[in-house]
Amino acid sequence: MENKGCNFEKSAGRISSVKFTEEMKKTHTILVPDMLPIHFELILSVFRQYGYKLELLKTSTKSVVDEGLKNVHNDTCYPALLVIGQFIEALKSGKYDPDKTALMITQTGGGCRASNYIHLLRKSLSTQFPQVPVISLNFSGLEKGSSMPLSIPVVLKLIFAVLYGDMLMLLYNQCKPYEINKGETDTVLNNWEKKLNENIAKNRFFSLSKTYKAILDDFAKIKRSAEKKPRVGIVGEIYVKYSPLANNHLENFLISEGCEPVVPGLLDFVLYCAINTVNDGKLYDFRNLSTIANKIGYDILYSKQKQMIKIIKQHGVFEPPHDFEHLRHEADRFIHQGVKMGEGWLITAEMSALAQTGTENIICTQPFGCLPNHIVAKGSSRAIKDAYPDANIVAIDYDPGATKVNQENRIKLMLANVKKK
Amino acid sequence: MALKYSLGVDVGSTTVKTLILENDKIIYSKYERHFSKVRETVIQQLKAIKDEFPDAYFNICFTGSAGLGIANTAKLSFVQEVYAAFIAVNKAHPDTDVVVELGGEDAKIIFLTGGVEQRMNGSCAGGTGAFIDQMSTLLDISPDKLNELSLSSEKLYPIASRCGVFAKSDIQPLLNQGAKKEDIAASIFQAVVDQTVSGLAQGREIKGKVLFLGGPLYFLSGLRRAFVKTLNLKEEDAVFPDLAPCFMAYGCALHAKETGEPRTIEAIIEKIVSSEAVETVATGNVLFKSQEDYHAFVERHSKFDLKYEDIKTYEGDAYLGIDAGSTTTKLVLITPDAKLLYNHYSSNKGQPLDIIAKQLEEIYSIANKKLNIRAAAVTGYGEDLIKSGLGLDFGIVETVAHFKAAAYFCPQVDFIIDIGGQDIKCFKIKNNAIDSIMLNEACSSGCGSFIQTFAQALGYDIAEFAQLGLFAESPVELGSRCTVFMNSSVKQAQKDGATVEDISAGLSASIIKNAVYKVIRAKSVDELGKNIVVQGGTFLNDAVLRSFEIELGRNVVRPSISGLMGAFGCALFALENTGKEHKTNIISKDELNSFSYSSKAGQCRGCTANCSLTIIQFNDGHKFVSGNRCEKGAGQKASSLDLNLYEYKYNKIKEIVKADKNNKKARVGIPLALNFYDQLPLFYTMLTELGFEVVISDESTRDIYYKGQHTIPSDTVCYPAKLVHGHIESLFEKNVDFIFYPCMSYNIDEGGSDNHFNCPVVAYYPELLKANISKLNDDNFVTPYIDLNRREHVAKAVVKALKKYKLKTKDVQKALEKGFNELESFNNEIKDKAQQIITQAREQGKKIIVLAGRPYHTDPEINHGIHKLISSLGMAVITEDSVFHLAENEKLDVLNQWTYHSRLYRAAQYVAEQPDMQLVQLVSFGCGIDAITTDELRAILEQKGKLYTQLKIDEINNLGAAKIRLRSLVAAIEEKEAANGK
Repeated sequence: MENKGCNFEKSAGRISSVKFTEEMKKTHTILVPDMLPIHFELILSVFRQYGYKLELLKTSTKSVVDEGLKNVHNDTCYPALLVIGQFIEALKSGKYDPDKTALMITQTGGGCRASNYIHLLRKSLSTQFPQVPVISLNFSGLEKGSSMPLSIPVVLKLIFAVLYGDMLMLLYNQCKPYEINKGETDTVLNNWEKKLNENIAKNRFFSLSKTYKAILDDFAKIKRSAEKKPRVGIVGEIYVKYSPLANNHLENFLISEGCEPVVPGLLDFVLYCAINTVNDGKLYDFRNLSTIANKIGYDILYSKQKQMIKIIKQHGVFEPPHDFEHLRHEADRFIHQGVKMGEGWLITAEMSALAQTGTENIICTQPFGCLPNHIVAKGSSRAIKDAYPDANIVAIDYDPGATKVNQENRIKLMLANVKKK
Repeated sequence: MALKYSLGVDVGSTTVKTLILENDKIIYSKYERHFSKVRETVIQQLKAIKDEFPDAYFNICFTGSAGLGIANTAKLSFVQEVYAAFIAVNKAHPDTDVVVELGGEDAKIIFLTGGVEQRMNGSCAGGTGAFIDQMSTLLDISPDKLNELSLSSEKLYPIASRCGVFAKSDIQPLLNQGAKKEDIAASIFQAVVDQTVSGLAQGREIKGKVLFLGGPLYFLSGLRRAFVKTLNLKEEDAVFPDLAPCFMAYGCALHAKETGEPRTIEAIIEKIVSSEAVETVATGNVLFKSQEDYHAFVERHSKFDLKYEDIKTYEGDAYLGIDAGSTTTKLVLITPDAKLLYNHYSSNKGQPLDIIAKQLEEIYSIANKKLNIRAAAVTGYGEDLIKSGLGLDFGIVETVAHFKAAAYFCPQVDFIIDIGGQDIKCFKIKNNAIDSIMLNEACSSGCGSFIQTFAQALGYDIAEFAQLGLFAESPVELGSRCTVFMNSSVKQAQKDGATVEDISAGLSASIIKNAVYKVIRAKSVDELGKNIVVQGGTFLNDAVLRSFEIELGRNVVRPSISGLMGAFGCALFALENTGKEHKTNIISKDELNSFSYSSKAGQCRGCTANCSLTIIQFNDGHKFVSGNRCEKGAGQKASSLDLNLYEYKYNKIKEIVKADKNNKKARVGIPLALNFYDQLPLFYTMLTELGFEVVISDESTRDIYYKGQHTIPSDTVCYPAKLVHGHIESLFEKNVDFIFYPCMSYNIDEGGSDNHFNCPVVAYYPELLKANISKLNDDNFVTPYIDLNRREHVAKAVVKALKKYKLKTKDVQKALEKGFNELESFNNEIKDKAQQIITQAREQGKKIIVLAGRPYHTDPEINHGIHKLISSLGMAVITEDSVFHLAENEKLDVLNQWTYHSRLYRAAQYVAEQPDMQLVQLVSFGCGIDAITTDELRAILEQKGKLYTQLKIDEINNLGAAKIRLRSLVAAIEEKEAANGK
């Protein structure tokens, strides 16, 4: 999603990497790291429909971190360390035949380190499992020949997966803290996950609005207490923000502490990526295929978000997600939309939007030493606090050495402040 | 009903505090260290209360980091400590604006007015009570004594408090060079203050009425003084309540009064006891299954021993080797056939010179009269001082000494790992020469001194503590990161019921994990080679040795003199390098009797760096000066900087901006920081051409850094970025109308790379500045988003950003073109100069070092004069940006997407083809991107048989470690050449 198409064909330098061939579709199982449990299952269902065998890695043992430490530079950010550690651990576990296994990793192509994960992964594979191909999932034209082919139907279906994933996550977080019959929310969630996965497998994409309504109705039926719990927003680096492995099950922890987690959806990030290319065109005075395509994509996606918001509002029970154009407006108050590395201005915008809509308690999750977050998270929280004096923002660093206790203590400290009010 | 009281119990990381309220009156309070025996101490204190108040009922409440666990498992009420502080502050000092609390392992700031905010130390325990404890242990005095000393200090040294490790590496050289303890003590307190101000306040000023809480602040008047002075507080605004140590317990008791339910002390104790240790602890491998296993292990290692010779009867030549290490001093005396005559190993207690002098006395007094010390060699941190003070013959670099010693025991050695007091050194040996060196960089967790500190904290002697772990049944898994985290992991494990045995074994394993995962970073054991020699005092610990063998899955060689290897290597070196004619200078018995010295502090006036000096005056009249970056400080002639492109380039950059009073449009400031070290010619020319008067900020210094320190929001960002804050302040002092500082996602495309980004910090730092420096606004801080590869757009963007000055696009275009031309000719000048230097160096037969980093590493405050150090070692030094264009970017194994980093890859490819060049990479601490570049550079260089050397730099101004690395590099090059028969 850069302003300049990265149309390079890059074969490796010293290490040679294996390409994922058409034949491998039949023989190989593709392992995928688990970033967003709900969304990723749906996304995998889309790919399965095209004949791929995929499996979501759910391992969270200590050896994941150990393998990560052993296989990548220790100063590399925590998400890379975990994802690569998880892959290597899986390959070593004996559960998968390395000759019949491939790995899939996402790449955004931005100016932060994340675009290098795939290379770090290949480096560590080269000495141990040179036969294992790595597939890049990206929308920037990186890794030609080693990336997941994305036709327009595939992309459309992926969008459905993201939208449904966001909807389920949103409603789950609004119901779970208040459920009266323990486990009821999980049951509803599981049913819908199953139903949607089956539908995708059968290539049945019902109308979004009908499905949304059915989902909303089901969640609305969950018996919930009327008690008002403090709402705690979670923003931050995308992997740490979502992945329970990385953030030590932050959402569950908040729920157990009597809070309602508010987690902005994945669609925001997709919209953010799309609009950045459009922004680049405007900022630097150019137009090309990429800016035009991204503008079209953005408009479609944004209309989908508006549709979701409208349906949730009409349904009247749950709080809809933030409108993305509103997020952009919020961003403009504190930071320039030209800040586009990592999660960039989106983090600042989300913090502001949360504070504005009554979620004044915000946890900003980030890998220790995350470079963009110096600017957009720690760097901008002062400005946000100036604008919202009651905003209660805490930045939590995640890395292999940080203990859960330490992180939880910091969060509790923040919550003590909430309860005081 | 019996009397009813409220009881607050504050269980912190190092202490237990109890306080009792009768209504609102405090009738009892107690403060006690728990030495990690948390539950025991709590119960003990409760029992004491019971004795004093029999039959009474208490509303009890817990607080504190360790109180949480107790309260949760015993189902007693708990209140967050900051909240407890709130309650207490509101009650006792309601007009407080800010609370600063330093505890054992945590530091907090609570802003009460103007938006309640609480800050707590996160990933780092620098600047806490534990830090002060650690430092006083290092100085071998009590914290009280430290305090007392600090009150009579004369000068302050910069000491990093972000991490105990860094501080140690700042303090140790000071100690070794004989700096006064008074000054060091005061500097330690100042470091704590700086850490609190920059690390915690993070951009928010500490002002108004400030309440200081916590044990360290209460007990240490020197620390209080440092805080008041640094924060510029009026006497009446700095409140140090008498209740400070028990303040949280007070708040906790107040809270209990409102919420708790009354219980007798018996009932409370009962609840705590019955709830003990229900959680499970992660466990690792058992070290030895049986006594037999252990005996076989001991037997196996006993093979690697030296022969001994009695010093009292031995007649003939002898060679002395000394290793003046960071925390310990080692000394051996050997015969020409390497039999051991005498050895010594002790903590240097910060006075290595005294200890060695005493040992020499001892040797002279017990040795046979016909024993003749032919020569002596010294290595380690204290090398220069000892060599100068005692007249030793050779000073050698540690790596060489260790290699010599290891090769004696295992001539085929492939890999050496040395774990010392606070450093881990590993080297690979190829073709009888040191091939690559790995040192622990940012972190000393897992080094010997850590386990020692821990043993002491738990009340054990180190040897005894280590022994305990050998047969532990379920060693605790403690992970492999920072000492501080390890501390809390250990406490956690203890709370969960782990025994001292399990913890001892767990610590041994984690030391090894650190070495393997963090320092060696080996993917497989085969990478290390077949013959591995381990050494360093830490490996005398059988538990550590065994853990290493288990982790590696293979046996290793540990010489019985493992702890003395550096000294032994020195002695061997002296033995090998002493010719027949050589006459030693070593201090004689008579001279030793009258040996004395005094030390004083000073400051070098040789150049603008103003190095802090420590001057040691020996009684025979000669002087030793340390702390200086170049030879000038030592009173010698500085080595020529002719072949030093860093020096040249820096001077050229300073010359770019010329005062031009004719330009009246406005006074524009440009901070001389980050990317401006690269792009100043462009922007200066453009703005000057447009009629602006351009001024740049003052040169970076420590003072510049302090000026901006209070506005730094992220304490883990790199030092070059932190410095920008000071440069902005400097520009304000120059009364500029506005500061010009564009945001640039993209840098200039120099070709051959996948993309040409700036790093996120360089790209968007103006955004951070705007959000955190309240003086900046849209009017005086102009930050257009520009892409220098699209000149038409840049011109338009500049017109728009400066629309107040009604510029014409055409003029800006012209000015910009001129700017680009200037940039190009500036760069060409640097490139030409590099060629000159290369030619000259080759004529003179000098080695050439490409000191590769970022353009802003030209800043002497950032590079700490490492380039001068290289010059003083007799080598030429050039920059990466002066030679990168000479190599094409070959295919890499990483995504080559940043302009500055792409230069690194190309420079490395160039160096790889030059027989007389080596590359040394400068890496700023906190630079996440260099986690990617370093591995890639190493691969590029090693593929072509070059050595890779990395120097991590930070705000700390300690060249000791850099010097060792650079000297090792020189030694390794020489050995390599010798091996190749050159």
